[in-house]
Amino acid sequence: MVNPFRGFSAIFYKETLHVRRDFATLFFSLIIPILQMFLLGYGIDTNIRQINTVVYNADGRQESRELLDRLKNSDTFRIYRFVNNDRDLNDAIISGKCRVGIKIPVDYSDKLLHQMSAQVLVLIDGSDSSVAGQAINVTTAIGLDESLRRVLGNTDQAFAVDMRPKVLFNPDSRSPNFLLPGLTAVLLLNVTTFLTAFSIVREKERGTLEQLFVTPVRPMGLLLGKLLPYLGIGFFELAMIVSAMRFLFRVPIHGNVVLLAFLSLPYIFVSLSLGILISSKATSQAHAMQLAFLTILPSVFFSGYIFPRETMPRFFYVLSYFVPASYFINITRGIILRGAGWGHLWIDALALFGMGTLLLIIAARRFHDKVIMA
Amino acid sequence: MPGNPQVAISAEHLVRRFGSFTAVDGVSFTVEPGEIFGFLGPNGSGKTTVIKMLTGLLPLTGGEANVLGIDVRKDPEGVRENIGYMSQNFSLYTDLTVTENLTFYGRVYGLPPERLRKRLHEIVELNGLGPYKDRLSAQLSGGWKQRLALGCAMLHEPKLIFLDEPTAGIDPVARRQLWDLLFELSGQGITFFVTTHYMDEAERCSHVAYIYFGKLLADGTPDALRELPEVQPQGTYRVEITAPQVTFALRHARMIPGIRSATIFGQSIHALIDDHLDLEHLRKQLEQEGIAVAEIRPLAPSLEDVFVELTTKRQGAQEAAGG
Repeated sequence: MVNPFRGFSAIFYKETLHVRRDFATLFFSLIIPILQMFLLGYGIDTNIRQINTVVYNADGRQESRELLDRLKNSDTFRIYRFVNNDRDLNDAIISGKCRVGIKIPVDYSDKLLHQMSAQVLVLIDGSDSSVAGQAINVTTAIGLDESLRRVLGNTDQAFAVDMRPKVLFNPDSRSPNFLLPGLTAVLLLNVTTFLTAFSIVREKERGTLEQLFVTPVRPMGLLLGKLLPYLGIGFFELAMIVSAMRFLFRVPIHGNVVLLAFLSLPYIFVSLSLGILISSKATSQAHAMQLAFLTILPSVFFSGYIFPRETMPRFFYVLSYFVPASYFINITRGIILRGAGWGHLWIDALALFGMGTLLLIIAARRFHDKVIMA
Repeated sequence: MPGNPQVAISAEHLVRRFGSFTAVDGVSFTVEPGEIFGFLGPNGSGKTTVIKMLTGLLPLTGGEANVLGIDVRKDPEGVRENIGYMSQNFSLYTDLTVTENLTFYGRVYGLPPERLRKRLHEIVELNGLGPYKDRLSAQLSGGWKQRLALGCAMLHEPKLIFLDEPTAGIDPVARRQLWDLLFELSGQGITFFVTTHYMDEAERCSHVAYIYFGKLLADGTPDALRELPEVQPQGTYRVEITAPQVTFALRHARMIPGIRSATIFGQSIHALIDDHLDLEHLRKQLEQEGIAVAEIRPLAPSLEDVFVELTTKRQGAQEAAGG
């Protein structure tokens, strides 16, 4: 009776030795993700605040100054400079020093006093769409609010319709809360795929793979013996990232950490299989590196990590269903931010498990045809 | 499972095609237990393909192969279980120590811990690896790497070991030592299947086969090959001519009637001469051509002579057949 996992324990023994010897690679593959976390956790804030604003106040009286105070107090705008003519107003925006220009015409106060409609010109630099959108929203809201107060007078009468938006799960709209759970998916994929692909391609380069094929080691024993140590590393890294997220970046975890660990298994399985697939194609470590990068781009851009999947053009939206990170980001955000449970997430886990199995089968086939038979 | 095989390897009419290309074309040979079987041939002639077929990596397109009494087509795993294999680049894990490399291969072959410990000790003794036991194999010199690789291949006490160009790129002393070791082991009944490019190594084998573009051109002991009629036709003999300017001498010697063929070997010329042209006349003829002959002596053909003759004949036949 042929044991299909023959050689597993031998390969496992050897791989753990490799990992211990090549401490530098291990160290960097674990430390660099943490550095990336710091960069993204502290350095990037997707909330738009303190937009540099240039003001041309041609009116200059009390009403106009009140309006400017309200804009300043919104925290969205920071008045960078006052100018005295249209040309300077334009220049400040064109040169990129300011994103928003506000011109209050000379008759602003007069029109208000005469109960006429007073116009305020708001110039917005559209080169960054999220800044522009925020500027439009806030200025429109302030204008509306100002108008209503004047129409209603200073009575205590409430607004007829009072909208009370309440943001669930991330009430302060903190960027780390949003970014870091997604980053977990990207980093985990990154490290595990790279490490597996490298460990196999290295054996190709050295010729030791050729040697192994002439021993009783069976392909499944070889692959499993190689995968398991890296599964361990992937798990350790997940624990590291989640701890850093919780204790350094103070991202509250609303769901069950054990469930998160459990659901990360199919995801790590996918990225390991991807690593094997890459190694069946790559002939050198440099080649493997290029191919691995190719897998990272879609997981950054089409997984909902940075751009919401729902707003993508149809083609990319469909594409995002084939990106494993899409499912795992739903899992991490679900558990960490929304306190989701097994009942909400089992479909994502199943999808990942299916993908991993499919990839492993393709990889094993390719391995058989292109590597062993070559 | 292997019983008590009468022969180590028996290959009958091995054929392997890749699409329309026939890489191995009806190759048959038999290797007896305890032989050092030298498998020779130029690069791309099908040596590696034959090894892959015998070790069960490549399915046979046709023919039969039995290795240690096991049918390769029926039980390739069984074959791999019982043979040792050492590839040309001594496939060692350079970031593992000598002991760790050996332990790994011991586990690959499923040796129980007690036996592994015992074999590890024996291999280290036999190969003289003692002082280097805890050294990373990256820090070993070529010769020691090769001894370690051989150790890894024989840890599970295989009766048959395949050595694919075992001496490529190592120094002459290490080469000599390896061959001494192979002789010692073959004395203990281990069979070796060796591929090599070095003719002096071919001469040391007890049995040699020569493959050329998928076809086996020669198969026998080195002495038997030297006496093949294609190599040593009736009515001819072989001489070594030593002359100061060999290239000049060769050019002129080839024009002398009675000299069938001539090739340079280092500082001398090996020539195949018709019997009617005796040594005296040969010397005279050469001197008439203006060649200062230092020495002429009769010579048995080397294996290299054998392979050169066989290859030339085959090429000639192919050209004649191809039109």
